[in-house]
Amino acid sequence: MLILQSLSKTYKTGDTALSEVSLTVPKGQIMGLIGPSGAGKSTLIRCINRLVEPTGGQVLLNDVDLVGLGKRELRQQRRRIGMIFQEYALVERLTVMENVLSGRLGYVPFWRSYLRRFPAEDITRAYALLDRVGLLQHADKRADALSGGQRQRVGIARALAQDPELLLVDEPTASLDPKTSRQIMRLLIEICAERGLPAIVNIHDVPLAQQFMQRIVGLRAGRVVFDGSPDLLTQDALTTIYGEEDWNAMRKGDEEQTAAEADARDRISALAR
Amino acid sequence: MSAPYPTRWTRPPQIIKDRRWRIAVQVGIVIYLVLAMGTVEVNWTRVYEGLERGQRFVMGFLQPDFASRWRDISNGLVESLTMTLTSTVVGVAISVPIGIGAARNIAPVWIYRICRSIIAVSRALQEIIIAIFLVAMFGFGPFAGFLTLSFATIGFIAKLLADDIEEIEEAQAEAIRSTGASWWQVVNYAVQPQVMPRLIGLSLYRLDINFRESAVIGIVGAGGIGATLNTAISRYEYDSAGAILLIIIGIVMVAEYSSSYLRKFLQ
Amino acid sequence: MTDVTHHSQVWTYRTPRARLLLWGGWFALVALFVYCWQVMTAGTMWVFVWDAPKQAADIGGRMLPPRWGYLGELMGPLWDTINIATLGTLGGVIMAVPVAFLAARNTSPSLLVLRPIALFIIVASRSINALIWALLLVAIIGPGLLAGIIAIALRSIGFIGKLLYEAIEETDARQIEAITATGASGAQVLSYGIVPQVLPTFWGITVFRWDINIRESAILGLVGAGGLGLKLEASLNTLAWSQISVILLLILGTVVVSEWVSSKVRHAII
Repeated sequence: MLILQSLSKTYKTGDTALSEVSLTVPKGQIMGLIGPSGAGKSTLIRCINRLVEPTGGQVLLNDVDLVGLGKRELRQQRRRIGMIFQEYALVERLTVMENVLSGRLGYVPFWRSYLRRFPAEDITRAYALLDRVGLLQHADKRADALSGGQRQRVGIARALAQDPELLLVDEPTASLDPKTSRQIMRLLIEICAERGLPAIVNIHDVPLAQQFMQRIVGLRAGRVVFDGSPDLLTQDALTTIYGEEDWNAMRKGDEEQTAAEADARDRISALAR
Repeated sequence: MSAPYPTRWTRPPQIIKDRRWRIAVQVGIVIYLVLAMGTVEVNWTRVYEGLERGQRFVMGFLQPDFASRWRDISNGLVESLTMTLTSTVVGVAISVPIGIGAARNIAPVWIYRICRSIIAVSRALQEIIIAIFLVAMFGFGPFAGFLTLSFATIGFIAKLLADDIEEIEEAQAEAIRSTGASWWQVVNYAVQPQVMPRLIGLSLYRLDINFRESAVIGIVGAGGIGATLNTAISRYEYDSAGAILLIIIGIVMVAEYSSSYLRKFLQ
Repeated sequence: MTDVTHHSQVWTYRTPRARLLLWGGWFALVALFVYCWQVMTAGTMWVFVWDAPKQAADIGGRMLPPRWGYLGELMGPLWDTINIATLGTLGGVIMAVPVAFLAARNTSPSLLVLRPIALFIIVASRSINALIWALLLVAIIGPGLLAGIIAIALRSIGFIGKLLYEAIEETDARQIEAITATGASGAQVLSYGIVPQVLPTFWGITVFRWDINIRESAILGLVGAGGLGLKLEASLNTLAWSQISVILLLILGTVVVSEWVSSKVRHAII
């Protein structure tokens, strides 16, 4: 179970991306996060595994508060959170297998990962996951030789290799065609159901969200403005979330995206040390 | 999970697929390295004695002595700087016609061949080797250095300029040509605006290279700061040598920053 | 100008101010050039300069025909030259890699202290030619291959370090973010997120530098650091121009071959 308590984030530039967001995601629930660009969706899920450092509030994952953990503890907690990215974010020049195994990095010492000598059970698990997402025969190909849909499946396998207790999914279908998008969403739903995994899915495609999600949360300007089942998402509710075609908000969205990326980069450079 | 999944996985080879070839290449590399290391005869007592001198050099670098040889240093520096500027100006001036002549898309074949061979000769020979010849012909001093650097500049600038001209957008040249413009007008209106910013950038870059090279060719007698440095080192005056090296590094740094600034300003 | 339909009677390419600046710039350059020319040639013995064509003809006459029998003696120094270049490149790479990671903004552990130091090492190594390094090292540790190898290595640090740190700064941040999100440690992020992205560039840079090092190591012997340059120096001292022409042709041949090898290898990698 994931509990967010008055989570807030203000960027160095002074833009408030999240203000006092409180949410509870019970085990096995798939929650869709919708909202205009710039509403803070991407910031919200990055605050959970602290790729973006929240400025206030608590993130409780099965009773452990992730905010305020030291470097080492944070790494151990990150293993429990699988993340799937918008443009797959696979390491393009590594093989599919290495990408899946990279989900085990938090569990193995450096020398094992460096020599690619992962424990036997990790390798079995990786093969099983590749089989599950239907890519068993592509294990030895390089990631950049795959199509978009296949890459996202590798991304899913990598997240599952972590044996996570929570999935964070950032716009999983944004760079896929409609048919592949539905296949990927269906796969995600099935997998979460099989494992009783809770998931937060950032999604900008409202019909897709209504079709697949059990619960939908609408964000606007960093605040929760809608929280309910997909049937309750009426035209009025959508207007509350997205406003009447508000182009200024769209522009601000780009700024927030850039701010989030810059912030994540800073954090990563701090971690790579 | 008792599914029949493998428990071992090794990364498939990326470049050489055949196992035998891979081993052969690896063994070959090891043998080469052993042989190569074997040729290095090290006189350890000499190296040991040298450590003390090395220490003195590091000390000289940390506490450089600008003062006691300042006359020599400043003379060398003036020679180097004047040599650098004049040779860059002359070199670029000569490079422009050669560069235009070596561009396949605007020059006739026979001119193209001549210009390309001039470029090839200039690029193939090291500055220091050219300097040896020119010192033998023109006598010691910065004039030989000036000629060396001008000659080396031609190979560098003319080559890159010609490559640039060959890559210009043909459509623009076509458009100018279709107005009935002469060859000179085509060069002036279609080619020049497209390559001018790059040419200025390259010239500034070459100015920087020429200064660095001017510090070297002095070793074979072509004047400049290199001669001063050579003297300082052969007299074991490491503090003066350290001062000279710091001056060179400083000037190169200033040149690099100011040329990147200037390029931004001009574009 | 109250008259909105006013046009200048004569069309001009640039505004007067820009034109003035441009002419001013050119004038300053010409003046500087003339001044530098006078300073530089103040001590030039023009007698020697006018005598140059005669000297050139004389040297040319002595260089031809090349003394081909001398080629056999050059094989040992050629082998040395190749070894200096290869081992020097190897040494340079070993030192340049850590420097590059310290200098890259996204991997440097301290932007205020270590990064400037790494950048200074790169600039210092780049500004000083291999021949000067060799000159110093021959004075310090004595003549021989070792001085040449170290000189080449020291010069290579700057070149490889600069290109490599630029490549590290251009890596795709999303791939690194994804590896970080799995709970990987700093070293693992480096080896899974960053290294695979820069590895092809790294090999390309290394082979390119090896090619340049072959040229450089051919002349290091002029100051006593071993290889073909030693023979060149000896022949120059005895004014054996027919041997010098053989050496130069051999250097040219080696350079052509190494350029060919390096371009082949780079194509295979990338």
